[in-house]
Amino acid sequence: MLSFLIRRILQTIPTVLAVVLLVFALFSVVPGSIVSTMSDDGDPQVEARMKTQLGLDQPVYVRFGSYIANLATGDFGTSFRTREPVTTMIAKRTGPTLQLIFAAMAFAIVIGVPLGFISALRPGSIVDTAAMVVAVSGLSMAKFWLGLLLMYLFALKLGWLPSFGYGDGGLKYLILPAMTLGVSPMALLARTTRAAVLEIMTADFVRTARSKGMSETRVVKWHVTRNALVLILTTTGLQFGALMGQAVVVEKLFSWPGIGSLLVDSVLQRDIPAVQGSILVVVLFFLAVNLLIDLLYGVIDPRIRYA
Amino acid sequence: MKLRANLIIGGALFALAIFVGLLAPWLAHTDPVLDANLMNAEEAPSWLWWFGTDGQGRDIYSRVVYGARVSLTVGIVSQLINSVIGVGLGLSAGYWGGWWDDVVNGLTNLMLAIPSLIFALAIMAVLGPGLTSLLIALGLTNWSFTCRIARASALSLKSQGYVQAATVLGYGDLRIMITQLLPNMLGPIIVIGTLGMGSAVLSEASLSFLGLGVRPPYPSWGSMLSEARDQITTAPWLSVFPGLAIFLTVLGLNLLGDGLRDILDPQSRSRRT
Repeated sequence: MLSFLIRRILQTIPTVLAVVLLVFALFSVVPGSIVSTMSDDGDPQVEARMKTQLGLDQPVYVRFGSYIANLATGDFGTSFRTREPVTTMIAKRTGPTLQLIFAAMAFAIVIGVPLGFISALRPGSIVDTAAMVVAVSGLSMAKFWLGLLLMYLFALKLGWLPSFGYGDGGLKYLILPAMTLGVSPMALLARTTRAAVLEIMTADFVRTARSKGMSETRVVKWHVTRNALVLILTTTGLQFGALMGQAVVVEKLFSWPGIGSLLVDSVLQRDIPAVQGSILVVVLFFLAVNLLIDLLYGVIDPRIRYA
Repeated sequence: MKLRANLIIGGALFALAIFVGLLAPWLAHTDPVLDANLMNAEEAPSWLWWFGTDGQGRDIYSRVVYGARVSLTVGIVSQLINSVIGVGLGLSAGYWGGWWDDVVNGLTNLMLAIPSLIFALAIMAVLGPGLTSLLIALGLTNWSFTCRIARASALSLKSQGYVQAATVLGYGDLRIMITQLLPNMLGPIIVIGTLGMGSAVLSEASLSFLGLGVRPPYPSWGSMLSEARDQITTAPWLSVFPGLAIFLTVLGLNLLGDGLRDILDPQSRSRRT
């Protein structure tokens, strides 16, 4: 298990380095234009001074070297706009984003997995059809549209929940954004679970279990659930990454003070260090979750460890 | 039976969207950009204004109709770019193997490590808003899945008798890839492409919603919803129709993709998600 763990962690390192390089390279293509958009009046002297201040007059390789060196110490640079360390900006916003993503995922799992199970145990029934209609609709909806509709219904019409903002960080502020974000992973989980369970139900070991007189409940509990778990876990892991992406839109819609809205605001204001920092944090989080999921596989399904 | 329903409903919805986009100048009641009249601002839907009007008095119905052009152009063109990149890289990597395969694998893993919307956002940040930037940003960030499938098919197909026969006959590598391998992997590629178009339409809407898509005042469903958010208390109908248009288009593409999968890629029926 330990060698599996070490091997898997080592495999992640080149990807992290490549992402750092990519994120850096992407924004080094047009450094001049960033300064000129920021200085507005286009005075060459002002631009030159800004470049020096921001360290943009150095050759690319020098900047990359110092960028890497700073990153290694957890320093993401200084924001062009607020002059605040990007690390601080991100640290402040990590909590709300994690809160949102975990709440959305919890919503998705609690609704999606049972929905898929019920569908698969009664394939072709009305329940199955209805669940799959819900699932395909959930996948086809723009997150922010659903969010707008929920906002209108629950906040403006019924007045049950606040329409946007983080407030005191209480649960009632979290419900609408989390539901909005959770709908598409919920739909995907329902479909994956259904497909996985349907396939496992026809497997030889399930037939054997039935033929030796095991009750249907026990078959589902002991054989089907356990085997379906691997697929469900994969989908959950992949969805975490996708959620980091989609959180951007949901955070913006609900004015949620997370990394996603920091990223969008920084992009709109061309605050490159903040953009680079937020993207790196998102990717690192995504990679970490995938790593965790891979390690969990090893626990659930010992075959994977030795493959 | 259900299989047919997917195809028919999905195909019809997608065809409707194409039809609306193509015939926009004839279907629209007013010019989507120029016909602003504050006298008509924030009218609720009625016989005169089917979908109501926005804060500047523009006809929402006409804007939704024209918005189909942006969404479909971005959806179709960017997915075509993705398919070409994915097939090109995956097919050649699977067929040639060796160092090229390692390079392509590395690239694919890198793409999979960055959520595609975040990647597209970063590219938009560098290129600035606009239709061309959208096509580039979304066309370069969603090919990894196609690439994997193409690579896997190429790997399994290249040992087939007919491919070996082509080699013996002295066919060049490129000719073998295009005439022997490509036609035999087209099924799954088309399925992924159809589903990918749906997600490209959603991504375009998201980027436009964030203010990074097509420049206003030209209508895009995403940017219309972004304006709608600010007027949700006074003009809630603004939030309904552009979102409905996105939903029906993407639903159509998803159903079409599912339906096509049952026909073109029957092996994957059990492992579909």
